[in-house]
Amino acid sequence: MPFNHKPQKFNASINTVEIGCGDKAITLGGEKTFPFYTFDAPLENAPKIGVEISDMGLEGAPAGVVAYYGEGASYAEMAKKAAAMEGADFVCLKLEGGDPNGENKSIDELIEVVKEVGEAIDVPLVVEGCKNVEKDSELLPKVAEALQGKNVLILSAREENYKAVGASAGLAYQQKVGAESAVDINLAKQLNVVTTQLGVAPKSIVMNVGSAAVGYGFEYVVSTMDRIKAAALSQGDAMLQMPIITPVADECWSVKEAMASEADMPAWGPAEERGIKMEIATAAAVLASGSDAVLLKHPQSVATISKMIKELA
Amino acid sequence: MALNGIQIFKLTPKKNCKECGCPTCMAFSMKVAQGAMDISACPHMSQEAIDSLSEATAPPMKTIKVGVGENEYSLGGETVLYRHEKTFVSRTRYAVSVCSCMDDAEADAALEAAKVVDYDRIGERMHVELINVNYAGNGTDKYVELVKKAAACDRTLVLSCTDVEAAKAALEVCKAAKPILNGADASNYAEMNAVATAAGVVLGVRGKDINELYDTVAAIEKLGNKNLVIDTTMPTIKETYAATVQSRRAAIKDGDRTFGYPSIVNLAAVAADDTYIQTALASTFTMKYGSIIVMSAMTYADALPLYGLRQNVFTDPQKPMKVEPGIYQINGADENSLCLTTVDFALTYFVVSGELERSGVPCNLVISDAGGLSVLTAWAAGKLSSTSVSEFIKANVEPKVKCRKLIIPGKVAVLKGDIEAKLPGWEVIVAPREAVDLVKFLKELTA
Repeated sequence: MPFNHKPQKFNASINTVEIGCGDKAITLGGEKTFPFYTFDAPLENAPKIGVEISDMGLEGAPAGVVAYYGEGASYAEMAKKAAAMEGADFVCLKLEGGDPNGENKSIDELIEVVKEVGEAIDVPLVVEGCKNVEKDSELLPKVAEALQGKNVLILSAREENYKAVGASAGLAYQQKVGAESAVDINLAKQLNVVTTQLGVAPKSIVMNVGSAAVGYGFEYVVSTMDRIKAAALSQGDAMLQMPIITPVADECWSVKEAMASEADMPAWGPAEERGIKMEIATAAAVLASGSDAVLLKHPQSVATISKMIKELA
Repeated sequence: MALNGIQIFKLTPKKNCKECGCPTCMAFSMKVAQGAMDISACPHMSQEAIDSLSEATAPPMKTIKVGVGENEYSLGGETVLYRHEKTFVSRTRYAVSVCSCMDDAEADAALEAAKVVDYDRIGERMHVELINVNYAGNGTDKYVELVKKAAACDRTLVLSCTDVEAAKAALEVCKAAKPILNGADASNYAEMNAVATAAGVVLGVRGKDINELYDTVAAIEKLGNKNLVIDTTMPTIKETYAATVQSRRAAIKDGDRTFGYPSIVNLAAVAADDTYIQTALASTFTMKYGSIIVMSAMTYADALPLYGLRQNVFTDPQKPMKVEPGIYQINGADENSLCLTTVDFALTYFVVSGELERSGVPCNLVISDAGGLSVLTAWAAGKLSSTSVSEFIKANVEPKVKCRKLIIPGKVAVLKGDIEAKLPGWEVIVAPREAVDLVKFLKELTA
């Protein structure tokens, strides 16, 4: 008896969300299968890769990243280079300098950076706030306003500030809204429910369901994503059918495996190589769990994950 | 297909003799149906009934053992496709590949390098468990010499060899250590099967596509050998992923026993020259159904993420990961450095110790036994209390550490007064609620 192929067919699919404008616009989601299960049905849109740049410039960046952008590059130059990176689909600008516990840059100062980056590139743009809930509630609506007409994705609306962020980005300025929850399927669904109740269209929402570096409680990330994709496809749960975007670089470059210097850990070898592989392994694992986009930092990671996606899609 | 309790009950003697340890035959049948008991526990079952049942109630995927002694590993035996459905049972094992096409110096260097990664992470030894020895068709003697060298590395071997004579000669020198003979294909399976069976080792089966692989496994099963692994490596990465996922899904979801064997994925073959893509794929196949993953090399840069991922993915969702209680000295702490305490839940430990390292402040992280629960859960369950903390400090910390400042998690600030009362001479300080704020907190505290 020959092998009996039994494709797993679903009547539901992941929503498609378009980011950016014109030729360079990208579509996230749309898949009708589990990750890369092209033997069940063709993949609608391969997962996408975003390259992270920051309002803090190259502070603390690994040597390979600094070398790629060049010391002292302006925000516009960095954005252009990020967009041109081999394997990049879009650019993600992080406004981490806005954090009141850090640099505490003013909103006006950050909006200048946002405008400079927005004008420099024509690839789709994702803007990430400073992660401080109060500051983001003021900052992100201004970002959405400044980038009107560019169809950007704003990260992120959270349980504490989804009203301010969701209403401005999703309703007033017609941008796409990132809904961020902390590694729990119920919290992810709840946030989607309340955000749509505000009037934001489900097809304007992209989820960030939380992330971790591999080895750091990553099993929760795996199970959360596995369960979300299963609920979205096999049970047709419309409140979990939003595509998933996962920030990978942040988590990976801040763990001991990537940060410990070679002087401290001679057996481990060069720190940058460890960071790159941490980023690659984590990105591959979240893609295998169902992420529709990943945010990466190092040119080598971007090239490798892009190659892997091309091979598998 | 699995039987339900009622179907099994019909085959029992229905005597309620209790000899199996269950109060009634019905209760016994329900347990067998759930997989909690084996059908052979009933002494009155007819042989016929046992045969038909053990076939029907056997797990969908076989557990295959390879290696001996400390290097013995169980592969397969999975019952679910997703860890949240129950748990994965046999973790992925990693192999490094050497080839008879390498010259002596190259092979020696590769074997030496395979031994470099060897460390402990939350009580688990992390090392390259297997060595894949590939035969390039350049002479049996050369292959046997390489197999001998690899066997001396104290690792379990995978002999990737489709040449019957070379396989036979290689097994002569290493069969006692129970390697895998990964070499049966559509053209040689009868002879290879005879070689593997005679040597008493697991046979690896390959195919040019998933259909040929399936047919060859079925043919070998017909010869009576079910001590197999399936090599799902195909000519391209895409086909390899498809074969690995489809074979596992067929076995577990569709009950197709022909594919109910552990898998081997050879990345050194399918992505030969690119170490970065090998890391990416090793991660993908650790997530999705590689029982053995063969790589060109394993450096610390590869191992740290991959073994961390494996440890996470293969933890039982019902059992929390725990670290050993004790005093962990961070940033070169000594007996005069600050003490901080938290629970033994591995995730908490990693997050807290990571932040402490980032702060650069020397400190003693005191971990007491809290049942592997997170701070609030442990506190609610009574596993983290003023008594548990103070007793642990008195017994383990006071004899070793002179500093009398103890920092407790912000989430259990309520314990401050009680701990101070139970630990005379100690100053108790409450930390922020979130670990991410520790760096700032410690810098201000020690400024």
